[in-house]
Amino acid sequence: MFEGKKVLCIGERDGIPGSAIAECVKTAGGEPVLQLTQCFV
Amino acid sequence: MTYPVIKGVSYILAHTPDLVGYGSKPTREFMKDSTLREQINQKLRNYDEAKKYAPHQVYIGNITPERLWQIEKPWFENLLEDASRYGPWGEIMPQDEFYGYLKIVDEFDLVFLTSEFTRQVGVSLSGHRLFTAEDEKRLGNGVEEKLIREKIAAGALPLYNGDLLIGCIQDGHDEDDNLKAHILLENLTCKATGVLAMRNVFHTLQFDPADIDYAMNSGEEGVGDRYQRGAGNLAKAMAELSGCINSSGSDIKAFCCGPVHTMVLAGSLVQSGIFENVVVIGGGCLAKLGMKMRGHLSNAMPILEDVLAAFAVVIGPDDGVNPQIRLDVIGKHDVGAGSSQQAIYESLVKKPLDKISLAIPDIDKYATELHNPEITEPAGSGNVPKNNYRMIGALAVMQGQLPREDLDNFEKSHGMPGYSPTQGHIPSALPYLGHACKSILEGEISRSMFVGKGSLFLAKMTNMSDGISFIIEKNQGAG
Repeated sequence: MFEGKKVLCIGERDGIPGSAIAECVKTAGGEPVLQLTQCFV
Repeated sequence: MTYPVIKGVSYILAHTPDLVGYGSKPTREFMKDSTLREQINQKLRNYDEAKKYAPHQVYIGNITPERLWQIEKPWFENLLEDASRYGPWGEIMPQDEFYGYLKIVDEFDLVFLTSEFTRQVGVSLSGHRLFTAEDEKRLGNGVEEKLIREKIAAGALPLYNGDLLIGCIQDGHDEDDNLKAHILLENLTCKATGVLAMRNVFHTLQFDPADIDYAMNSGEEGVGDRYQRGAGNLAKAMAELSGCINSSGSDIKAFCCGPVHTMVLAGSLVQSGIFENVVVIGGGCLAKLGMKMRGHLSNAMPILEDVLAAFAVVIGPDDGVNPQIRLDVIGKHDVGAGSSQQAIYESLVKKPLDKISLAIPDIDKYATELHNPEITEPAGSGNVPKNNYRMIGALAVMQGQLPREDLDNFEKSHGMPGYSPTQGHIPSALPYLGHACKSILEGEISRSMFVGKGSLFLAKMTNMSDGISFIIEKNQGAG
């Protein structure tokens, strides 16, 4: 579903980390061009 | 088996509305929005409102966390009329007295207060249970306002009490960014709150501070200069002003979960016999004042991040009475564990429990990140403790240890509402330690797990996060 798409993967400490989002994006054919995890507290 | 015990705890808050502007977020936003300072000033709470705020009363131990389930939200409107400044474990100090302590802990003539304000604060503090003759000497007589205005004109930061200019803090070095007034204010507020927490715990326990062998500070401040940024040992500086004449100390740094790491290390030092009594401290965090103020302003709420928070814990050898720290079942998030929430909670919760054949529901109460949701939700940061309880409960369901239909109730049955000020390391599980010890000693619960998590990735050195956990339980009486 992400074939040919470049994706920004921004995760959250208490939710889903950026690295996990990036892995899912890759599996779905996308290209993670940024992956980072934020902490909102 | 004997284990180290929690001999006592303290929790203190300093209500500092006029320091909110020196928080990291407001400081940066003021440069973009010239109207923001006035918007914030309009929404600052007075001392009475901060004192009567139910989460603050939970923090100092006057009411239980569970009591918050019964208090209608918003808590900032439904204030507790019978609230008290003092609680069983500490106090909520008003701003003017805290400025006095800022001066008292200053060893290098960085802080200047006006003569008139110093006289007023001296009168207020003279009735305080922890104020000493030495403190009075350190407070001094103040200086003329003219001198303070000259120092501000030369670059010192003004200190206000309401609209009134009452003092300033100046740079500690002409060229060193680590010793600029703003950084020194961060470090001195941490030191002052830490000292107050230490003195409170010794007072409450009637514990002679000379019997402390080692002090361990677990906060997120960075004390140091240009050659050793973050070099630390604020612990020893705090110990000096708390009567710990036979103590050395050190700081443990591990982002928000620093306090939980420090508890494990402190317990280990006691268990090994290296030191008999160790005090763990977490001082307040100036940088996080007003952090979520944009969310509060946009929801027409008061600025709720207007308190500095601190705690102190005294750990000693097994006395056969106080709750034990189970050092044989420490949970830790290993480098190779993976970064998904499931991997983190398996490391911190499931693995240590498996080791002693306990199921997740066998822990009566979990203390996780205890951020007050009333502070975080308006800023879009969600209800952090609720999310954490959801994760632990879901792990229990996956393990077949909890019926799926009980998941929604897991937060209430094994957790609590968040009530801690969003002071970085402070909300990380330990605010519940006092309540847990009390509940264990009174036979209401048998054991509690403390789970801390840290966002290591914020320092741009690794993409990893971190976490650590420990269990305290009813003393088996073998000590």
